[in-house]
Amino acid sequence: MKGAKRLWLWFIGVNVALVGVILYSAMAPGALTKTMLLPGETSHGHYQIEMRCDVCHTEGNGIREDACLDCHAEELRLAKDTHPSSKFNDPVNAEMLATLDAQSCLTCHREHVQEQTLEMGLTMPSDYCYHCHQETLESRPSHANFAFDSCATAGCHNYHDNRALYENFLNKHASEEDFLAEMVGLVRPEKTPVFTAPNKNTAGLAAENTADISAEITADAPETFPSDPVILEEWASTAHAAAGVNCSDCHAPLTVSDTSTPNQPSETEPTWDAAVSHETCGRCHEQQLETFLQGHHGMRLAQDLSPMTPAQARLPMHVDAAHRELDCNACHTGHRFDTTFASVDACLTCHNDDHSNAFLQTSHFQAWQSELAGDSPQGSGVTCATCHMPRLEDDDGEVWVQHNQNANLRPNEKMIREVCMHCHGLAFSIDALADRELIRQCFGSSPSKHVESVDLAQSWFEEKERQKEARRKKRQSK
Amino acid sequence: MTFSRKTTLSALALSSVFCLVAATFMGCGGGATASVSPPPPSEPGIPYKKFADAVHAVMMADRTVYASKVVTRLKKQDAPVEPSEYWEDEDHTIPLPAQMFRMGSELVFENPEAGFTYALKSKWPLNEQNRPKSEFEVKALDYIAEHPDENFYGEEELGGDKYFVAAYADKAVAEACWSCHNDHGNREDDYPEFKKDDVMGGVIVRVPMQ
Repeated sequence: MKGAKRLWLWFIGVNVALVGVILYSAMAPGALTKTMLLPGETSHGHYQIEMRCDVCHTEGNGIREDACLDCHAEELRLAKDTHPSSKFNDPVNAEMLATLDAQSCLTCHREHVQEQTLEMGLTMPSDYCYHCHQETLESRPSHANFAFDSCATAGCHNYHDNRALYENFLNKHASEEDFLAEMVGLVRPEKTPVFTAPNKNTAGLAAENTADISAEITADAPETFPSDPVILEEWASTAHAAAGVNCSDCHAPLTVSDTSTPNQPSETEPTWDAAVSHETCGRCHEQQLETFLQGHHGMRLAQDLSPMTPAQARLPMHVDAAHRELDCNACHTGHRFDTTFASVDACLTCHNDDHSNAFLQTSHFQAWQSELAGDSPQGSGVTCATCHMPRLEDDDGEVWVQHNQNANLRPNEKMIREVCMHCHGLAFSIDALADRELIRQCFGSSPSKHVESVDLAQSWFEEKERQKEARRKKRQSK
Repeated sequence: MTFSRKTTLSALALSSVFCLVAATFMGCGGGATASVSPPPPSEPGIPYKKFADAVHAVMMADRTVYASKVVTRLKKQDAPVEPSEYWEDEDHTIPLPAQMFRMGSELVFENPEAGFTYALKSKWPLNEQNRPKSEFEVKALDYIAEHPDENFYGEEELGGDKYFVAAYADKAVAEACWSCHNDHGNREDDYPEFKKDDVMGGVIVRVPMQ
């Protein structure tokens, strides 16, 4: 009898545990148990959020129609997408779409099929251009010997973003030197504060700024909170203090309900919190937060998952950084929010791949060291952030820093106009970005291969100009 | 088999209740259908041809206004803005009239409520993607090239759907149009030397048939 009772208890316990696991899997957005349900390995671009099945799937395990565009629509708009879905809405394309449905992202980008996933998440054979552009072999004699699987893999064309690769642009920039005589583009507007350890010269550094600021603004941390002179000095040296952003603005921010009803008494008093959430930063740095949440660093936070950590990364990372959580403060540490630290050191604290480690041996890094030492002009140095988090200008002329470090890597030719061409010629930039070994070495030397696209475009325009001239002469002679 | 009077009365009473309940429910649901006034007489639809002619008239009017009142005016005033094929990537430039026309067509393609589509096609396209793609389009462009003052109408089945299709000649009306086309880098060797009033292509309007 005792045995039967024990058996019943065991049976009930197992069932309760089983129901608990099922409920946890179904209810918790990021339940780890969902890994058991994954139909295959998730791609490099999405594995961070693979526990949030509902981001892409409907309840019946179908695929949400807008799932791709929810995250990528703006990127495609900015890229002046060469093949938008609407381009194929002409009913006369019906036959062509039956062969290759260019109106569905999933035709080219399937998920959970890692074994057949190529770069850019492409899951179909890379000669897809063949289906619609066979006439190119005849209309462009220069292309007669090119294979269709090389259109988008040799640094010549992209399916979506051809802003730096279309004929007129190639021709216009064909004669540029590898190294431009003058740097063009957006540079850091003011001298980047030099970060030194708090126990050395920080006080002295900060004092230059503190004297003026302290007369206008006094830290408003509660008296009960232990004040740290180093923290206060760091804060006082920043643009935050200069702009009147006080301790409470970040550590005891008003809630949404407080700000939405300014004339109403607050129901909940703001409480002091030593930690500062990314949402708080985003109240002022809107575009920075928005783009941070779109990249691999922040996309887990965007889907209400725990922050990304190096331990979860597929790229090689430093073991001792494995459990660092990626939020704003991970790179903009302490109270100085030091952009110098965030530009290089913050990256190398975690990243431990060949490309990252080779950076310190490159002329780009030397230029950065030279700038920091005051031997070179402001903005002449090149950091990790220069390329991966470039300064951009929005439609209203506002300059801001892209915080989605993956944005200009999909594909890497996006970097050409945003970054490379500030210092280098177009042909040199295309060659460099198509050279895998050079990328591994973090561009420590010159490109070893040459992509013909600029030469072909230039020859084509020259030939057309000759023909144009011949026609003119022919007309005049009539 | 016999029934007592009591049994018969009970059965009748139950039947009455059932009918009452049924009538009540019918009144709330199915019966309501019968009580609804007859639908208003349907509006007479616009014939496909008339609709296609009308939208074509609007699109051509818009393009003419852009070409003659905007582009030409800017040129006449030596304005520091000029039309350019690469207007998206060059400062102080605006779209060519043909590009303006094509952008309008793309917006209509994007609008599922528009109820029709249109596109500018040519037997001599500067962009390969604007070459006629269906047998009907080839036939239509051939016809309007030979009969510049006539339109071409017909029906076409594409992807299992039936369409009413109208083709209208697109003629060389401004010197800027044909001179640019005649000297364009994308022109083939057999490209015609266009002059005023030549048919350079056609506007294809497609209306899905109900």
